[in-house]
Amino acid sequence: MTEFLQTIFIGWGLPESLAIGLTILLQIALILGVLFAAVAYLTLAERKVIGYMQVRVGPNRVGPRGLLQPIADALKLMFKEIIIPAGADKKLFLIAPVLAMAPSLAAWAVLPVADGWVLADINAGLLYVLAITSMGVYGVIVAGWASNSKYAFLGAMRSAAQIVSYEIAMGFALVGVLMAAGSLNFGQIVASQQGEYGLFSWFWLPLLPLFVIYFVSGVAETNRAPFDVAEGESEIVAGFHVEYSGMAFAVFFLGEYANMILISALAALLFLGGWLSPFQGWTDSWLGQSSIIWMLIKTSFFLFLYLWFRATFPRYRYDQIMRLGWKVFIPITIVWIVVVGGLVMGEIGPWFAAA
Amino acid sequence: MAFEQIVFYAFSAVLVFSAGVVITVRNPVHAALFLVLCFFSTAGLWLLLRAEFLAIALVLVYVGAVMVLFLFVVMMLDINIAVVRQGFARYLAVGGVVAILLIAVMAMVVGGDYFGLERTPVPEPIGEVSNTRLLGLQLYTDYVYPFEIASVILLVAIIAAIALTLRRRPDSRYQEPGRQVEVRRGDRVRLVSMKSEERR
Repeated sequence: MTEFLQTIFIGWGLPESLAIGLTILLQIALILGVLFAAVAYLTLAERKVIGYMQVRVGPNRVGPRGLLQPIADALKLMFKEIIIPAGADKKLFLIAPVLAMAPSLAAWAVLPVADGWVLADINAGLLYVLAITSMGVYGVIVAGWASNSKYAFLGAMRSAAQIVSYEIAMGFALVGVLMAAGSLNFGQIVASQQGEYGLFSWFWLPLLPLFVIYFVSGVAETNRAPFDVAEGESEIVAGFHVEYSGMAFAVFFLGEYANMILISALAALLFLGGWLSPFQGWTDSWLGQSSIIWMLIKTSFFLFLYLWFRATFPRYRYDQIMRLGWKVFIPITIVWIVVVGGLVMGEIGPWFAAA
Repeated sequence: MAFEQIVFYAFSAVLVFSAGVVITVRNPVHAALFLVLCFFSTAGLWLLLRAEFLAIALVLVYVGAVMVLFLFVVMMLDINIAVVRQGFARYLAVGGVVAILLIAVMAMVVGGDYFGLERTPVPEPIGEVSNTRLLGLQLYTDYVYPFEIASVILLVAIIAAIALTLRRRPDSRYQEPGRQVEVRRGDRVRLVSMKSEERR
């Protein structure tokens, strides 16, 4: 698609550098457009799914079966007043939502959604995502501090400690993936999960503990239930964004949901073979072909897990979160990295058989 | 001017500006955030040099972890700026001399003539090579012993830091998850059969 667009722009008589720039800009706009639409309807899906799990119908007033609800919500939030509390650090107060959302969008630059469908196919893709997502915590901390409110500050402190702790377990889980794949490039990570055994050729089987830990840490990183002590309505009202209203609050909200989609897409790419078909090697019909549809199905599956967790699990207590992160997850990941090292050295098939 | 140069000067300008602000701004939280910006633009500069691993590691370690804890501390402390700024004029002369000396020494050492920038030729770019992969290969083959020694020293430092700050407080109450899991119904509930009272 990149070359196609570029040839069109050059055909219009634009210089090559401008054509490349325009192409990249268009691709970014496409990614962001799809992402924002997905975020909007993820909020609706969340309310519907949780509604049905609690034997309610969820939103059903705006549009057919409530399908226009996200648009109504967005309009409402846009026209609400943004209140800046007295004594708040005004500049930081307004920058904080941007800091919270920007990393979850920037990470999409290196994320492929199908074979070759990626904005920037860089070698150190996995490292880049790890580095960019580690920036997300600043939005929360800065918001909590700049609000000049005790509840917001408590929420920020909780969130910072939680994110920094779970990032370590998450990083170790990703180290396991990169050892198994022998590459940091997402395309190559997916390619190395290709095999004749369908969904059993994917990394989730040899890396099962890392897979579980990765996703649970992902839930903790995005401050979602049952790890949502940073918001903790019953304890600290709404945590770090208690002082935010209108669009400033909505940007935090968008960031959180964009992050959920990011973590789900990453889990699909790293452990469930991305765009590979679960029937690969078993059938040559269309079911066995890899396509973007599989990627979407896998990502949606993880997103559904997020909603499912929220509807079913009670909130963790703060000290238990810390215990789980430091005393359970990190030791397990370290042990399993050694195991993965052994598997790779021993070329245990079908995953690590010598190519 | 090539595009690369424009990017270089943009990152450098941001870097110099934010570094200046770090030491002049009054609010310590703002200073810490400008230091983050500093690291970020440095990472951008390193990316231009194709040192992608170093650039990403800088963001991951310093921005993602170290500065978060730094901010954590700075926010909790109520630093009195007036006290910190006391005696600025008194130490200005001595500080100025030290600063000028330092700058002179740095210029002499890092400057092109002494650092040997002209003596070694610019290495030929060897095509598409993954910087991360090469670094990994070097670290775990040629430099494996220095690497392992450095990591053991770090490990010792971590354990020492924990040991130094560990306080045993017999009076503090805490839960033991192992014992909580072990609990059976018999430990908590006692079923008593009682005769119902006679009706009066």
